[in-house]
Amino acid sequence: MRVLAALLAFFALIGAADPILVPDVSQHQVQVRQGFTGTQLLLFGAILTPEGTRAGRDYDIVVVLEGPARPVVLREKEKVAGVWVNAHSTVFRSMPSFYAVASARPLRDIVDERTAAIYELGLDSLQLSPAASIDPAQQAHYAQGLVSLMRGKGLYQQDEHAVTVKDQVLYQARISLPSNVQTGVYTAETFAIRNGRVVASAISEVEVVKVGMERGIEDFSRRRALSYGLMAVAISVLMGWAAGRLFALV
Amino acid sequence: MDVYLPIANLAVNGLIIIGLGALTGVLSGLFGVGGGFLTTPLLIFYGVPPTVAAASAASTVTGASVSGVFAHGQRGGVDYQMGGVLVAGGVLGTGIGAVLFSILQRLGQIDTAINLLYVLMLGSIGSLMAKESIETMLAARRGVAPPARKRRHHPLVALLPLRWRFYRSGLYISPLAPLLLGVVGGILTMLLGIGGGFIMVPAMLYILGMSANVVVGTSLFQILFVTIATTLMHALTTHAVDLVLGFLLLVGSVSGAQLGARIGQIASPVTLRLILALIVLAVGLRMALGLTWQPGDIFTVTVL
Repeated sequence: MRVLAALLAFFALIGAADPILVPDVSQHQVQVRQGFTGTQLLLFGAILTPEGTRAGRDYDIVVVLEGPARPVVLREKEKVAGVWVNAHSTVFRSMPSFYAVASARPLRDIVDERTAAIYELGLDSLQLSPAASIDPAQQAHYAQGLVSLMRGKGLYQQDEHAVTVKDQVLYQARISLPSNVQTGVYTAETFAIRNGRVVASAISEVEVVKVGMERGIEDFSRRRALSYGLMAVAISVLMGWAAGRLFALV
Repeated sequence: MDVYLPIANLAVNGLIIIGLGALTGVLSGLFGVGGGFLTTPLLIFYGVPPTVAAASAASTVTGASVSGVFAHGQRGGVDYQMGGVLVAGGVLGTGIGAVLFSILQRLGQIDTAINLLYVLMLGSIGSLMAKESIETMLAARRGVAPPARKRRHHPLVALLPLRWRFYRSGLYISPLAPLLLGVVGGILTMLLGIGGGFIMVPAMLYILGMSANVVVGTSLFQILFVTIATTLMHALTTHAVDLVLGFLLLVGSVSGAQLGARIGQIASPVTLRLILALIVLAVGLRMALGLTWQPGDIFTVTVL
């Protein structure tokens, strides 16, 4: 009986060789310049068999776009003597500055909690690597607070209606980048999931860069801080003086 | 009109920022206060990171006070000697403020400290000014001459050693008094992103006892140089001065300052003081409520 089951499973697997994903992004470089108010990224691709033909099966496609991670300190306010002050804090060693997950239906229907945790699928399953070991309940409380804070800024997103798959072969996901994104290299990882198991994944990259005057100003402020400061002062004084002269004529 | 701020890393509506600058400018021209006490909280409320808001607001105040200093200077309304002493103290205070800033930031209490300072300062100064101006107005209405002020300056000022003559201010007092006042103003400028004018003006009037016609001009003179020092300090330490944000605020504030100075020549000084007192009290009250109300976000995140 057990042998039979194993054989069946074996044939089932052969019949359904893991597909391969061929992903791409509408823009590999997002240019932040004057007037940048955010952009929408189209992450699309094809689901193929290793032979390069149409996979011809239904897969759940989940796309995760993650921005550069940084260590952060999270502080929690508490009312002390009638005033709200920062009372608790915890350090997370790697918090993604941006995280968006797109799928076609609710993630909890696609994967179980364990799989979600392994592949960091969904805002509840982010691995933020806390720096200190604190008890799990407290940990979850902080993580939740962080996620809701970042969600409020539009930097963390979970959209369960953002993926469409066409004829079992072409998929596309839409993720919007708000204007307050950090610059750096973003990774877009696409997962093909079947029966709660990740059967294929592929990575593409998106670079967010400042260009033109915006880049110039940022570089200037870091490399030549004193000249930058003097320039800021000079502009203020000149504009103030010019306005004075101008209004004196009126 | 969407404008992207390269240092603050976000897009804002340019017209709103210009409007905010204009508001600062009018206050600056009218009262000789920098108006930073209004700009910084409003910018933060708009979503600009607090450090960028404070650093860029400081450079705006510079622009607004330049034309004010020229305008008052031509009318002989600036005591340069007094201003010089105040500036010396102010630059010293900026340095002390920078140290305090980094200590509080490490402790994670900078926000609370800033808010508490605002509430204490605005509350006490606002009520002091309101009381004084209402009394003066009531006396004028009754047709009674306002009671002559018994003392020119605070008795503690007279205790300080070394006396200088400040002709334009009509004072013969120790330069240590304005120097200390300047230090306090400098610390506040660095910590709160304000010009310190709303502290300096009442302090010059009620503690130093300077004659009223040079108070506004001299305060602007002091603000001009202290905000320059603050902008440079921020550019060197926090790298948070946003030229684009500063430029937008300046466009509004330099024109607002001119407008404010014109209104100031027409309106009666007592009414002006009462209005300023009410604005100061309103902002203070709003901040006090903000401290006690449950904040929208209990959590804050800071990049290490």
